[in-house]
Amino acid sequence: MADFPKTADCVIIGGGIIGASIAYELSKKNIKNIVVVEKNTVGSGSTGRCGGGIRAQWSTPENVKLAMASVKRFRELEEELASVTEYEEGGYLILAHSDTEMNQFRENVLMQKKHGLEVEILTAEETKKIVPLINTEKITGATWCSTDGSINPFLINFAYMKNAMDKGVSLFTRTEVLSIKTGDSKITGVSTTRGEISSPVVVNAAGGYAGFVGSTAGLNLPLTPHRHEILATEQVNRFFRNMIMSFEYNIYFRQVKDGGIVGGQTNPGEKPGTEVNSGIAFLKEMSVKLNHFIPALGNVKILRQWAGLYCMSPDAQPILGEISGLAGYFHACGFSGHGLMLAPRVSVLMANTITDPSFSDPDLERLGIDRFEKGIVAHEKSVV
Amino acid sequence: MKDMKIICRCQDVTEQEIVDAIRKYNLTSVDEVKRLTRAGMGHCQGKTCRKLVEQILFRENGFLSDEDTWSISRPPVKSIPVKFLAESEEPFDAVVARGRGGQHG
Ligand SMILES: Cc1cc2nc3c(=O)[nH]c(=O)nc-3n(C[C@H](O)[C@H](O)[C@H](O)COP(=O)(O)OP(=O)(O)OC[C@H]3O[C@@H](n4cnc5c(N)ncnc54)[C@H](O)[C@@H]3O)c2cc1C
Repeated sequence: MADFPKTADCVIIGGGIIGASIAYELSKKNIKNIVVVEKNTVGSGSTGRCGGGIRAQWSTPENVKLAMASVKRFRELEEELASVTEYEEGGYLILAHSDTEMNQFRENVLMQKKHGLEVEILTAEETKKIVPLINTEKITGATWCSTDGSINPFLINFAYMKNAMDKGVSLFTRTEVLSIKTGDSKITGVSTTRGEISSPVVVNAAGGYAGFVGSTAGLNLPLTPHRHEILATEQVNRFFRNMIMSFEYNIYFRQVKDGGIVGGQTNPGEKPGTEVNSGIAFLKEMSVKLNHFIPALGNVKILRQWAGLYCMSPDAQPILGEISGLAGYFHACGFSGHGLMLAPRVSVLMANTITDPSFSDPDLERLGIDRFEKGIVAHEKSVV
Repeated sequence: MKDMKIICRCQDVTEQEIVDAIRKYNLTSVDEVKRLTRAGMGHCQGKTCRKLVEQILFRENGFLSDEDTWSISRPPVKSIPVKFLAESEEPFDAVVARGRGGQHG
């Protein structure tokens, strides 16, 4: 590892998908001496613990547009980053369980179509055509978008970081930022477990810890980390390629390329916190739901369970860009359980705004932190 | 053709694949090797290969990261069929009636 730097032009806190992708997009710009500081290792946070799903079927226009633009980037990234990422457009099936829910979905679909997304409304029989082994007993219908899909989160996280490093970015793992240094309403650097780095620009991409990291600069960011559990089964012959989701019954699961089923839920009563331990209640509740929706999974064995953090924002949409009164501070946090899929677009927007003060983009502006003072524009409802 | 020294039998990962990943990405811990190569993600959950991966890491890097000296494997310790767990729980309607968590609905 190189000597620990005393100065940088930009310090990025966090080596998850958000930090890595911003480092990569910044490295393509006219900015030298970019340093990524990561407390543990690349992908050790939420990114390496997530479900790998990618979808543009959201309920707010911002999320739909960011996700659609990200899908466009995902299609280019394997080649651009010269890395296998297991990116696949297997589709997302979002189940509806009542006419009321179906009507809500119709509204979402109208909005999504307005933005150019190809999404369809399916009957229960049509749903069964996509996943023949599904039990339609409690299914009224579904929405289906075939360009939604999935990616291997580890591979894309490392691919971004490796390419950033090849372009000159320095990465320091097992190095924790203790505080962000400020003076005169501007950023002056960071203090870490390996020494101080002075820098005019700091990017807070600390995932579940972004609220804490921001607080060291005197910021009170409206973020709450929540533990989310997830499991993987043994590999079985692949019988579906898409993600299956139900908001009503609080579950998502997909069959990854090698055949394992990966899925999770939002635990009932989960309190805010940064613990990522595992529990038996989750295993049992998930088993009941998997067994209900795909009875054939009954004999399949669960191999592994783990947990990670959702960094929730008040409207379940990310918080992006700068903050007034603290020049040189930028953040990309509060992804509320969908940061992996938004990273390709968010990182481009962030790199643009960091390097060009006159850069403007409607999504970036609407997702600025000042939206909470101005009044929240829309609340993202489609979260499990 | 793949070299033939298999380290993780469950996921069919060879020594060469592990060494390549360690060198390409400067990996320093078993967990990173697992994430990138899938060694340890199969049926036995690393019960046989974990120690071997540690040895390869030590050989390549000359040190072992702190987390590898005490890290634990993920639960459950033994794989369990979905049905077995489902049958030890209340029925579907009762389970989903428990609602959800956190501030998000
Ligand atoms: C169970 C689960 C399932 C999910 N499923 C999906 C999905 O299907 N699709 C999707 O798009 N998203 C999903 N998500 C959400 C997704 O994982 C996150 O939104 C995304 O990974 C956020 O990336 P990040 O880089 O901001 O955070 P992280 O990956 O957590 O990276 C932040 C990094 O900052 C480091 N850090 C923290 N504090 C400090 C400090 N003081 N100094 C230095 N470094 C620090 C951490 O170690 C960490 O590595 C899921 C999340 C979970 C938990």
